[in-house]
Amino acid sequence: MALDPKKHEMPTQAPEVRAHNFQEVALGYPEETAIAEAARCLNCKNQPCVQGCPVNIHIPEFITKVKEGDFEGAYQIITQTSSLPAVCGRVCPQESQCESKCTMGIRFEPVGIGRLERFVADWHNEHVQHAPTVPAPNGHKVAVVGSGPSGLTCAGDLAKKGYKVTVYEALHTAGGVLVYGIPEFRLPKKIVAKEVETLKALGVDIEPNVVIGKTLTIDELFEMGYETVFVGSGAGLPNFMNIPGESLKGVYSANEFLTRSNLMKAYLDHPDTPIMKGGKVAVVGGGNVAMDAARTALRLGAEKVYIVYRRSMTELPARKEEVEHAEEEGIDFRLLCNPVEILGYENPENPRDPKNGFVKGIRCIRMELGEPDERGRRRPVPVKGSEFDLDVTAVIMAIGTSPNPLIKNTTEGLEVNSHGGIIVNEDGLTSRNAVFAGGDAVTGAATVISAMGAGKVAAKAIDEYLSPKAEA
Amino acid sequence: MYKIASKKALNPTVTQMEIEAPLVARKARPGQFIILRVDEEGERIPLTVAGTDPEKGTVKIIFQIVGATTEKLNHKEEGESIQDFVGPLGVATHTEGLKKVCIVGGGVGCAIAMPVAQEFHRLGANVTSIIGFRNKDLLILEDEFRECSDKLVVMTDDGSYARQGNVTVPLKEMLEAGEEFDEIITIGPLIMMKFVVAAAKPFGVPVTVSMNPIMIDGTGMCGGCRLTLNQEGKKVTKFACVDGPDFNGYEVDFDEAMSRGRMYSEFERHAYEETCNLFKNKEA
Repeated sequence: MALDPKKHEMPTQAPEVRAHNFQEVALGYPEETAIAEAARCLNCKNQPCVQGCPVNIHIPEFITKVKEGDFEGAYQIITQTSSLPAVCGRVCPQESQCESKCTMGIRFEPVGIGRLERFVADWHNEHVQHAPTVPAPNGHKVAVVGSGPSGLTCAGDLAKKGYKVTVYEALHTAGGVLVYGIPEFRLPKKIVAKEVETLKALGVDIEPNVVIGKTLTIDELFEMGYETVFVGSGAGLPNFMNIPGESLKGVYSANEFLTRSNLMKAYLDHPDTPIMKGGKVAVVGGGNVAMDAARTALRLGAEKVYIVYRRSMTELPARKEEVEHAEEEGIDFRLLCNPVEILGYENPENPRDPKNGFVKGIRCIRMELGEPDERGRRRPVPVKGSEFDLDVTAVIMAIGTSPNPLIKNTTEGLEVNSHGGIIVNEDGLTSRNAVFAGGDAVTGAATVISAMGAGKVAAKAIDEYLSPKAEA
Repeated sequence: MYKIASKKALNPTVTQMEIEAPLVARKARPGQFIILRVDEEGERIPLTVAGTDPEKGTVKIIFQIVGATTEKLNHKEEGESIQDFVGPLGVATHTEGLKKVCIVGGGVGCAIAMPVAQEFHRLGANVTSIIGFRNKDLLILEDEFRECSDKLVVMTDDGSYARQGNVTVPLKEMLEAGEEFDEIITIGPLIMMKFVVAAAKPFGVPVTVSMNPIMIDGTGMCGGCRLTLNQEGKKVTKFACVDGPDFNGYEVDFDEAMSRGRMYSEFERHAYEETCNLFKNKEA
């Protein structure tokens, strides 16, 4: 049988339609397409794809099950190593992980592993109702700080081994960045809720509205009888550029803009939480968060959305698929441009003009790429005298975050690096005995799957740390 | 869900509630705040803690009905519950080494100033309190302040009760008469705090102000609560939720904070009107 050189396309909403709604962009494979895509897998012996997966999903095995039409069997294989398959199938950068190692990819397009994972998880969620089997309790208590991807993964892996896990979440809803950051059109919230329900069915307790470092400290968690603590508190304070005008009304951090829209549901018609809708919007930055913010602004009714990024398309860090989707939807990429000032409206005649203090534009300077920096990326240098203005009514800064200080400041002996990230060893163990950490709290802003990988590593280490005690 | 243990109207627009939240009650210190949501679709609003009862596990909040969310909250009765209640957030008011302080509260800001005054009193400091209101009907907490203050001055803008004028009048008089405060702590409308700072400046008295900007998460994630401090000629961005809410009054850019506070005023007015109409229709 001749192998299809190309991946099967996944149906998507047409760009001109989806640019005006918050429903999911990609629609998923139908069963027959999934089986056909699975048939492209060569099932090669050395399984390079598995090495490319931060949580080492048994990829060829689950794809074989899909090929056989045993979708539930495929799901059972994926969940041996992944707690959040419906999430990963949607937001993992597969092109730089599993799919980048695929043998098919040497000559053709790699197997659509991410699309198949998504198909399997969605099939399970739609067709299988029975609750997972709750393992026999092993008598140990573990506290997890934060219910984002690292925390949920760590909690899930430990619960499957019989640990009694409590997850403390600062916000009112579980999911961390999956609910406040990633928009509905890329990851529907009901999918996150479903994954959280699955963990609860495994016996994991989730306590919202508890800020560790404030409501309770790490030391108090130990006093409460938890034997180990995993800190997956995520990224923290948003970065700004320190240019004039960043305090004008209409300047948001991407965190704030996305939280208002996603977690607080400001995208609905009559929200309780306000957000600026419409107008012209500039998003500063080139990562996935910048793409999410730009596409959210568009869906909130903006007539024009710019991405302002100081390097070129080659260096743009966002996933290719997200960039393509954004371009199709009409996002205007202003590459090799850097903001130097945000311009505000000020009526000299009327100090009480309600428009005073709102954004009216952004001044940028053109950049060119100079010598490579220490990481080999060509450093952007401003072109003298090339300033120009874009008329905009809102500016969204998507230029990263710095770790949250709340836990560090209240946990004696917890060491952090110069960027504020918690220092851990290869097992995720911090400088404090029995305190493990992972995800953005350690690395600074990274991906969902790398955070899940860190949660997984820590869960294994926690199990090794506590199981000798079980025998004692 | 968090149960409303008690509810009391302090005046026609200001309500006091005690909320059952044992973990918060155990930890909260004067100057810290909480964030609450009234219902499932509700917005998150910050309110400063007005007192705690760790034994009963309750936290006291005092709020002015100024918008849709506080209107909805005020329609909740004793025994009912609110959706979310999280805290304590922010850094507690610093009290160390202060022996003689002047607390200046304005309007509903007095609700936040009260626990601070009580804390200084408990610590044995000499407390002068100046509290100001628009008129007699809006006066709150006079007895509570009298109990914890060595000296209390009450002011109304229109002179309908006690002395007429704003809070800076007696403050200036005291400073000019040679009163030496280790610190002035002021909590109230931004414009009032700005003028308290201006009044204190010629005398070089340190002033702490309590900021209450727009915020969402309250844990240092969204950055909506940022404000600008002028520190030795340099502009520094701070986040009220984790760095504050108390700041050095001489450093705060009040004009910017006032402008930012009005970001959603149009939206808020509409939402308030709609909510009021909704409740009116329900009652009709």
